[in-house]
Amino acid sequence: MRTTATFTMAARALRRNKLRSTLTALGIIIGVGAVIAMVGIGNGAKAQVEAQIASLGENVILIFSGSFTASGVRSGWGGAGTLTIEDAEAIRREIPDVAAVSPEVRTTVQIAAGNQNWATLLIGVAPEYFDIRRWPVADGAVFTEQDVRSANKVAIIGLTTARQLFGNDDPVGQIVRIRNVPFIVVAVLTPKGLSVMGTDQDDVVILPYTSAMKRVMGTTRLRGITVQAARPTALAAVQQQITELLRQRLRIGPGREDTFTIRSQEEIAEAAGATARVMRILLGSIASVSLIVGGIGIMNIMLVSVTERTREIGIRLAVGAHERDILLQFLIEAVMLSSVGGVIGILLGVATSKILAVTAGWPTLISTDAIVVAFVFSASVGIFFGFYPARRASQLDPIEALRYE
Amino acid sequence: MNAVIQLANVSKTYQTGEVAVRAVRGVSLEFLPGEFVAIMGASGSGKSTLMNILGCLDRPTTGLYHLAGVDVAQLNRDQLATIRNQKLGFVFQGFNLLSRTSALENVELPLLYTPGHLPARELRERALRALATVGLAARADHHPNQLSGGQQQRVAIARALVNEPAVLLADEPTGNLDSRTSLEIMDVFQKLNEQGITIIMVTHELDIARHTKRNVIMRDGLVVADTLVTNRLLASVEMQQLDRDHQTANLAP
Repeated sequence: MRTTATFTMAARALRRNKLRSTLTALGIIIGVGAVIAMVGIGNGAKAQVEAQIASLGENVILIFSGSFTASGVRSGWGGAGTLTIEDAEAIRREIPDVAAVSPEVRTTVQIAAGNQNWATLLIGVAPEYFDIRRWPVADGAVFTEQDVRSANKVAIIGLTTARQLFGNDDPVGQIVRIRNVPFIVVAVLTPKGLSVMGTDQDDVVILPYTSAMKRVMGTTRLRGITVQAARPTALAAVQQQITELLRQRLRIGPGREDTFTIRSQEEIAEAAGATARVMRILLGSIASVSLIVGGIGIMNIMLVSVTERTREIGIRLAVGAHERDILLQFLIEAVMLSSVGGVIGILLGVATSKILAVTAGWPTLISTDAIVVAFVFSASVGIFFGFYPARRASQLDPIEALRYE
Repeated sequence: MNAVIQLANVSKTYQTGEVAVRAVRGVSLEFLPGEFVAIMGASGSGKSTLMNILGCLDRPTTGLYHLAGVDVAQLNRDQLATIRNQKLGFVFQGFNLLSRTSALENVELPLLYTPGHLPARELRERALRALATVGLAARADHHPNQLSGGQQQRVAIARALVNEPAVLLADEPTGNLDSRTSLEIMDVFQKLNEQGITIIMVTHELDIARHTKRNVIMRDGLVVADTLVTNRLLASVEMQQLDRDHQTANLAP
């Protein structure tokens, strides 16, 4: 029989039972919609994590101080730790393939300007820090090596801090007071947005590390050291060499644990990527289950339909339909249900993702892959779950079928 | 003249559990082109089984069956389907039209299963021509539930005719109809037969059988009588008589 006629007949049969066809397709619509939306959310989350990790900079190795015990009081991780400025200088001096090194200290402070004040994160770093993290200033200029050597009272502030203290005024050249020490604002940073942890990276004041340690915190211990390797291929070697150097400098005997933590950006990216991947797989599989449930719905309705239309099948067989004609007719009906459902589901899923992106602020990313896979999968669901009922229909005995009441 | 249908010693045995039921036990019959035959018999006489075999819906257990020169006894399911499509037209007791489908689409149905590509316009034209033959061209767009029983049966006849079959088979075509409508259907059959169409019909009503040209009577799976009809009734004349009776009845009081 002609294929176009089969399609016309299938479409006609589905139109005859509009409500039933719609409800059956709804299973697939929801399934495909869920797959598209869920994968969209998963992809969006993954892309966001990747972007945030890229914002750390390129070829970066982070070294965090370990816990440090002074007079029986143990500091926390990365607090006043085991590492010192000398360690940072040793890394710069002794390890080849290191492009830049920046010691780092952190604390939270109350910062004041005029009659405004604001609690923010204070970071003390070297000028290279801004290159390593690819964090240019929006206005003014980064402090210099000279500022570091002299522990000058200069500060660079993030956009959030600038807004809170100065509103819309230009902060560059103004004075801020940190623990009653006045600092001149030399630059405002470009906005960097949220970190991997979800904190506002622009709510910050950055000083030369010497100024921060001597004039504000009164410590000689670093929170950590940020190192940039010269090449991506050198990352692993540099990480290994730093570990050996620091174990030696901190006099950690063989077999004892490091009193510092060292992580390359790759490792961080991997961990975060794995989380995003697990989330995507989880969301994807939940959505797939609903697709399978939709498929079972189709099979159920097709079986009911075959039973209901036994007499129709008998008439068709009597006037000359071949087994294949009947098989195709019911199979096409099932595939039509599932693929039309699939198309509507894709539209629904894309719409849901967009709405979620706008209303809930979740980043979503619709990939063509997901759309193609969802469509092919829904059509296959139709073939898979439609085949058994269609085969049953095609195997009916014409005499029995004609007699069926 | 060559027979359009030849049955030679045809038998059909059904195996129901332990018991073998011999529904047809060796029937030999010949039907010539242009014949109008009624197969009669009580229920259980094997006439329906014989009809299923004649209609290529069922295969004989033993014996030979030639239909328009083709030996159909040994064909498979799909080959039989093609024979039903090309050589036979069916009219059933219960009309067996597709519900919620227009009369025209119902008549087009056999053409959809005809091998080769027929353009949609030709499908429509042929279906309309068949509907015109039974006098229902004006009702082409009506659905079965909008038609009377007699009209539905005429749509079914149009469907049986649309592929210009060698033989038209009718299984109790008037069984679900009142006597007046039965006459209408017999009138259609008689007119078709006059145009040369071979018709084989199963019925248990003697007065219906008297509209045909030949009566085959079956009992216990065997043909017990095969006679030509004398004093054949003409449905058109009877209908006129019936109408006159009705008029007098209305005028009388």
